[in-house]
Amino acid sequence: MKKFLKASALAASVFAIASAAQADEEADLVVNGEIEITVRTSAPEHVDGLRDIYSGWVFRSDETQAMQMDDFDNPGMIFVEEAIEAFNTVEGSEGNSCASCHDTPENLAGARATHPKWNDNAEEIRTLGMQINGCRTEQMGAEPWAADKGDMLAMEALLASVSRGMPVNVQIDGPAEAAYELGRELYYTRTGQLDLSCASCHEQNYGNYIRADHLSQGQINGFPTYRLKNAKLNGVQSRFRGCVRDTRAETYAVNSPEFIALELYVASRGNGLSVEGPSVRN
Amino acid sequence: MKQMFLTAAVLACATVAKAEVVAPGDVQFGEYGAIEASLSGVPGNADSGLEIMVTRGKGNCIACHAVSALEDYPFHGEVGPSLDGVGARWSEAELRGLVANAKMTFDGTVMPAFYQTTGFNRPGNAFTGKAAEGELDPLLTAQEIEDVVAYLMTLNEY
Ligand code: HEC
Ligand code: HEC
Repeated sequence: MKKFLKASALAASVFAIASAAQADEEADLVVNGEIEITVRTSAPEHVDGLRDIYSGWVFRSDETQAMQMDDFDNPGMIFVEEAIEAFNTVEGSEGNSCASCHDTPENLAGARATHPKWNDNAEEIRTLGMQINGCRTEQMGAEPWAADKGDMLAMEALLASVSRGMPVNVQIDGPAEAAYELGRELYYTRTGQLDLSCASCHEQNYGNYIRADHLSQGQINGFPTYRLKNAKLNGVQSRFRGCVRDTRAETYAVNSPEFIALELYVASRGNGLSVEGPSVRN
Repeated sequence: MKQMFLTAAVLACATVAKAEVVAPGDVQFGEYGAIEASLSGVPGNADSGLEIMVTRGKGNCIACHAVSALEDYPFHGEVGPSLDGVGARWSEAELRGLVANAKMTFDGTVMPAFYQTTGFNRPGNAFTGKAAEGELDPLLTAQEIEDVVAYLMTLNEY
């Protein structure tokens, strides 16, 4: 309590920026003593409202931060192990596994960093999950996996893990521009009876506490995230749903055009941070 | 039986009439966002105002505001300013306006309007994520607003 009062006295202005005094916000992230993760850097030019961008890792407690520093302590890595098996398992009418086309997961390093991304053949923006299902249905003749659930999140975690340390680099112009614009509009639009936008919490108030929650910038470079709160992997758009619901609003559906656009836009706000999934959050 | 029912109905009407609740759509804001008239016609109760301030399903004001006098209730937020001394800084009418709809005082503020039922984008059915059905209830009732204002008036020390 004492500590809190001191912190809030420091945060004199209403929209106080992360109080630099807190040691854990200054910490650096190196995974397994070798993968260097960029958790803070300058904001990309297209983001007007932020000078610097921070991974959500920066805002978590020392204990939660530590769990992500070593794969043996990161519960998300159990799902990565599972997905390696799925990667090599033949499924569907075509007699293929992921490995038939891609050989090893490491060959797909970089995929997490660039999705959501325009797909020329399909002529649509695809999230990483949509691309995985595209491969399953089009290349393997297998059933698509349910979005933001077990098998899919595990495979996303595997693909994230092999991209760890690479900078997020989502394209926002050319064929991605329309989705970028829609996502941007949604990010700044207030919703629900509490009349709050993503920006109300994650741009104007990151670093501040809202009740017991330490607000981050709501970056998605760490997804899928293993949350201690529900002890499983969590997908990006399910997280969006939770946040929109908390404004007392009607949410959009997972994989709706709105949430695909919002995912592309929010990902692009993190261009320059490292991929760090599967991350650990509270 | 019929007689009893009628009497009850008449009594109910009488109390409602006496209380003179101002509906959310009928609230009169002054130029700077203050509301002169009581919303319920019944004086606020500071003790129940305190409960509303700290209860998640009610005002949950401490989610965003620190209040030294409420130190016993954990987890005060930092999104809004400390409310210490608001009873000295603001008049009762100004505080009523701030709680009912702070946007009338602070244009564009993130503080939610606690006595407003229309004009929202994609309003939901409470925290279900589903669309709202029918008319919304205000986040706090007229009397709850008065209770919170009564509590805020006690915060006259820094
Ligand atoms: C009422 C405040 C509020 C609003 C509005 C809000 N969020 Fe959040 N959000 C939170 C809180 C609290 C957390 C958990 C702490 C944290 O990571 O910031 C969170 C977490 C997140 C995370 C997880 C970050 C991580 O590192 O794991 C993402 C992503 C996110 N929000 C995106 C959004 C988006 C996109 C919107 C708008 C559609 C939004 N939020 C609106 C309060 C909010
Ligand atoms: C989501 C955040 C949030 C919640 C919840 C909230 N407020 Fe606020 N409040 C603010 C912000 C931010 C301001 C500062 C106004 C501005 O400049 O935007 C404010 C300003 C105020 C002020 C004026 C303070 C001053 O001295 O300038 C009062 C009084 C107040 N709030 C009372 C309340 C009460 C009572 C409740 C609950 C019934 C409440 N607030 C809930 C965010 C919030």
